[in-house]
Amino acid sequence: MSGDRDIRVFLVDDHALFRTGVKAELARAGTADPGVPPVVVVGEGGSVDEAVTGIGHLGPDVVLLDVHMPDGGGAEVLRRIRPERPDVVFLALSVSDAAEDVIAVIRAGARGYVTKTISGRELADAVRRVHAGDPVFSPRLAGFVLDAFAQRPGAAPVGDPELDLLTPRERDVLRLLARGYAYKEIAAELFISIKTVETHVSSVLRKTQLSNRYELSRWASDRRLV
Amino acid sequence: MTIVSTPADQARRTRLPTQPVAGPLRLRRHRRERVIAGVSSGIAEHLGVPVLWVRVVLVALAGLGGAGLIGYVLLWAFVPATDAGARRPDTARDRQQAVGLVVLGAGLALAGGALGTAWGGWLTGPLGVALVGAGVVWREADAGQRTRWRSGAGMVVGTGRMALLRVLAGIALVTSGIAVFLLNQGDLGQVRFALLAAAATLVGVAVLTVPWWLRLMRALGEERRARIRTEERAEIAAHLHDSVLQTLALIQQQSDSAREVRRLARGQERELRSWLYGPQGYGRATQTGTGDTAAASAFAATLHAAAGEVEDTYAVSMQVVVVGDCVLEEPLPALVQASREAMVNAAKHAGITEVSVYAEVEPGQVHVFVRDRGTGFDPAAVAVDRHGLADSIRGRMERHGGTVTLRTAPGEGTEVQLAVARRKGGEET
Repeated sequence: MSGDRDIRVFLVDDHALFRTGVKAELARAGTADPGVPPVVVVGEGGSVDEAVTGIGHLGPDVVLLDVHMPDGGGAEVLRRIRPERPDVVFLALSVSDAAEDVIAVIRAGARGYVTKTISGRELADAVRRVHAGDPVFSPRLAGFVLDAFAQRPGAAPVGDPELDLLTPRERDVLRLLARGYAYKEIAAELFISIKTVETHVSSVLRKTQLSNRYELSRWASDRRLV
Repeated sequence: MTIVSTPADQARRTRLPTQPVAGPLRLRRHRRERVIAGVSSGIAEHLGVPVLWVRVVLVALAGLGGAGLIGYVLLWAFVPATDAGARRPDTARDRQQAVGLVVLGAGLALAGGALGTAWGGWLTGPLGVALVGAGVVWREADAGQRTRWRSGAGMVVGTGRMALLRVLAGIALVTSGIAVFLLNQGDLGQVRFALLAAAATLVGVAVLTVPWWLRLMRALGEERRARIRTEERAEIAAHLHDSVLQTLALIQQQSDSAREVRRLARGQERELRSWLYGPQGYGRATQTGTGDTAAASAFAATLHAAAGEVEDTYAVSMQVVVVGDCVLEEPLPALVQASREAMVNAAKHAGITEVSVYAEVEPGQVHVFVRDRGTGFDPAAVAVDRHGLADSIRGRMERHGGTVTLRTAPGEGTEVQLAVARRKGGEET
């Protein structure tokens, strides 16, 4: 019995205990604020197959996706369901700190990445943000992306400047994200609008997904995901 | 659906990649669909094309001086076979077609040889006969392996009279092929003929026993992999026992103190992470073997360690992000010390549970930002007897030619920005 404004969330994680925890957190924090759309969990899956079936059947707005699962993990879910449901937005949720995991799932099509230690309120906020079309970068993800796009002496030559280089502004935004700034704070810091911050982050996400930079493809291929 | 999205979002989404993701699909021969050895159906599934195309291409290649045949034999020898994953049983028509193609391929190869193409001549002679014989024996050995898998018995070739007959026929073909080849050599002396005959016999035996040699090698490889797996499991178990189980026991004992539990859990998490993902941890050591550079590029590791100490002492969580890394040389130890002091201040005075630390190593300088969303303070109103910021941070940084910028106000959190120039010619890692 979800209303029109509700953001319908599907939860994928192979740990039932963790799913229960997230559901409880979202039930508390996802509907607390009357000013924003409520976040409602409409379904959950404990395996890649369950997730693919459930997402295909329910057509949720946002999928919270665990990175590490048997049978291929979050990237496999993305690979199988995205062609069928291109309108569903994916937000990766993981305890992993490895660049390979983070970059691989982003390149497989996730619109953001948050760690499992995130609070319920922050998680609900992140869900709203990816639903509205904006990427969600944790400080760590911002750090990985900065690292991958760094121009180091002796680095491989740039193939496609449009995709393989960050603009100075994008770099500034990423640095502030890595320092733990919220979009609002970044906008104030750089004297630009929040909308502009969002545009920069979207552009960085696009480059992270499409660029053929050696660092990115290496990280992705370490998980056999190029 | 309640998707709220602007046209711009739509455009952004449609530009996203449509899954360049491929699973770990290995090339396998399919026993169930085989006509000779299942190479064609294996290639067809791997490439996602109809099996007929693959067979036609192989036949065409066979006409080119036997290239298709050589390729087929090599794939047969080196591609492992599987019983699982067959797409569908062969229809009678498919089989007929395939057998026809095999005959056509053999015919083309022979014709090519007979016409005297550069290196196809050998196919028409007795060696061609020997090759066919070897093929028959190898195919039986393949079937024998399948039987062995099914029954667990140590069969070398397939059971049944027909199988035995086929093997014997194959051996006969190989033997006669080699014999005719030898006789054709003509005017050889007695001794040279004997030597050549002995060598040819050895070659014949080697050719006939190729499947068994291959199987022996594969078994050795599998055994080695199993041993590595066992060792790895033992290492993981030992590590988990020393760290995680101990901590869990401690947490149970201390369960009435939330602060202590959080501190233990955070400490253990940090330790396990660095073991799993760290430069010298479990995950890296086997993958890239960059142990040397990890030891040399100590700046990131030192900063992480400093944050870990603060985390342990004050039970706050430190989110450390480091971009780039370099050798820890003057003046960087001072920078780490100053950063540590800033973290301690945040942990002690800000009244928060989380502190963000961001460091970036650039060619010319190194920045560190320590930020909390805590109470903040008025820098002008700090008591004169509080030396932390003035001495430990500002004084230290200035002595090393660095700068400190402080951004804070009551209720707005605090950010300490530290920057120091790197010594010329510092080593990037």
